[in-house]
Amino acid sequence: MSEDKSNRGVTVEEVRRVAELASLELGEAEQLRMVKDLNAILGHIAELGEVDTSAVEPMAAGIPALPDAVAAQDSKDALREDLRRPSLDRAVVMAQAPETDGVFFEVPKVIER
Amino acid sequence: MMTRLTIDEVRERVVNGTQKAADFAASFYGVIEDKNPKVNAYLALSNERAMAQAERVDAMAAKGESLGALAGVPVGIKDVLATKGVATTAGSKILEGYLPPYDCTAVARMEAAGAIVLGKLNCDEFAMGSSNENSAYGPVRNPVAMDRVPGGSSGGSAAAVAADMAVATLGTDTGGSIRQPAAFCGVVGVMPTYGRVSRYGLIAFASSLDKIGPLTRTVKDAATVLQVIAGHDEMDATSSTRPVPEFGEKLERGVKGLKIGVPAEFFGAGLDEEVRAAIEGTLDKLRAQGAEIVPVSLPHTKYAIPTYYLVATAEASANLARFDGVRYGLRAKPAAGEVQTLGAMYRETRSRGFGPEVKRRILLGTYALSAGYYDAYYKKAQQMRTLITRDYLEAFAKVDVIAGPTTPTTAFKLGEKADDPVAMYLADIYTVTGSLAGLCGVSVPCGKSREGLPIGMQILGRHFDEATLFQAAAGVERLHG
Repeated sequence: MSEDKSNRGVTVEEVRRVAELASLELGEAEQLRMVKDLNAILGHIAELGEVDTSAVEPMAAGIPALPDAVAAQDSKDALREDLRRPSLDRAVVMAQAPETDGVFFEVPKVIER
Repeated sequence: MMTRLTIDEVRERVVNGTQKAADFAASFYGVIEDKNPKVNAYLALSNERAMAQAERVDAMAAKGESLGALAGVPVGIKDVLATKGVATTAGSKILEGYLPPYDCTAVARMEAAGAIVLGKLNCDEFAMGSSNENSAYGPVRNPVAMDRVPGGSSGGSAAAVAADMAVATLGTDTGGSIRQPAAFCGVVGVMPTYGRVSRYGLIAFASSLDKIGPLTRTVKDAATVLQVIAGHDEMDATSSTRPVPEFGEKLERGVKGLKIGVPAEFFGAGLDEEVRAAIEGTLDKLRAQGAEIVPVSLPHTKYAIPTYYLVATAEASANLARFDGVRYGLRAKPAAGEVQTLGAMYRETRSRGFGPEVKRRILLGTYALSAGYYDAYYKKAQQMRTLITRDYLEAFAKVDVIAGPTTPTTAFKLGEKADDPVAMYLADIYTVTGSLAGLCGVSVPCGKSREGLPIGMQILGRHFDEATLFQAAAGVERLHG
């Protein structure tokens, strides 16, 4: 395959930086594998550059704005009443926690002095 | 055979007392015991919960009380859906042994309608995959051909139905994860419209794309299950408030006069010749029955895979940040004598708990959202999503449904694409566009290859028009029995 100039590719340093942002630790072999895989995927993604989208609104929702006749079936009042209601039982939730004193989740010390 | 009945057949026997729900459950557990060691569809069985529910249903039947649409029907649940007190792993080591404190709304609604939850079904880790080979608990095998994948990510859900290990199952579909395994295993799989079914209790992958839907042997069964799980839920603000119609109301109507759009873009390079022949043959027969076959164009289809993998991975990188070893699941412990920092605990937990495909997607998503790349990747993908969706809205101005192949090939062999993420992603080429547009869709069996491998026809419907989707799917089902 010929070199695609629009895709300069990610480097191993970038993979390390992104892994740090994502709180992941990758071994040497894993880093090299990710460089290869991400570049293969990004090569494919570079095809999006063919389309001029400068005047196109981004779609962030799971469903587009629908024609009025269809949208009219939705309830106008999407907000629920702001009421107190029971939440999950603490004992049941804490039973799943890796470390707990029964009231709080316990984590390693956050601030070093 | 007791394990090959439809929902209505099971329900009728349970309601009139000719067969007990408890006996149905026991029969299905017998099949599971026999077949699951090879197929690996179930990760956990919920025997106690199932038998208690079956006894409840049988007692109600004995007293002549009115019973729900799924009374006594044995079902399986994809393992990304929370089940109170029943291990829910999402196919990941990071959630090994996790016992959710509550039930997913879709599961609760099925049980309220009388369904018997047999257990939890294997899937690709966090629903990321197209072959089920990404499960941390081993791949599922395709019951039709054991050396082949069942598809993914809802591979266990499709395989369980195909192997008579459940009458119906729930799966989830983000880019094709219900429809593609349904096609590979020869069952019916429905992706409802975005917002039709509550996602409360679904372990989120990509929130603007995730949907819960049924896999069944018949179209009518799928409509019955969807009827039970559909409708607004105040626990999920993205669930639609619009009224839920009778999904099965047009099942018997036939396809006469139905306008079926056929996009040329779904029949291009890469489509297997046997799949093409089965789809074209089915379309010819639908035309002979009075359907109008209308060519339509979805010109941005070729950009769907990169668009999808940017949107989905970006959202996944945010959603999966919650797995940090604090509240549930795995926590990496410090080595003896080592003082562990909070950051190190996060990193070690996540690195040990996530498999390679999940890491790959988190990295791609984090990269696409990171400073300096957001506009070039994530925003660009969202703009492409608008164009892909617009293609569909224009096509649906002319036709009632859109049909084509669900997948470019029949089920591939285990290991065949496991080392090539891009080749694996391309298996979703026909399913991701409907996901990006938020449409409803179904895969319905429409023939077999010479080797006997199932072929699925994908039908996509307008937003919230599942009734017409089922009408068309029933038309295909009648052709192929």
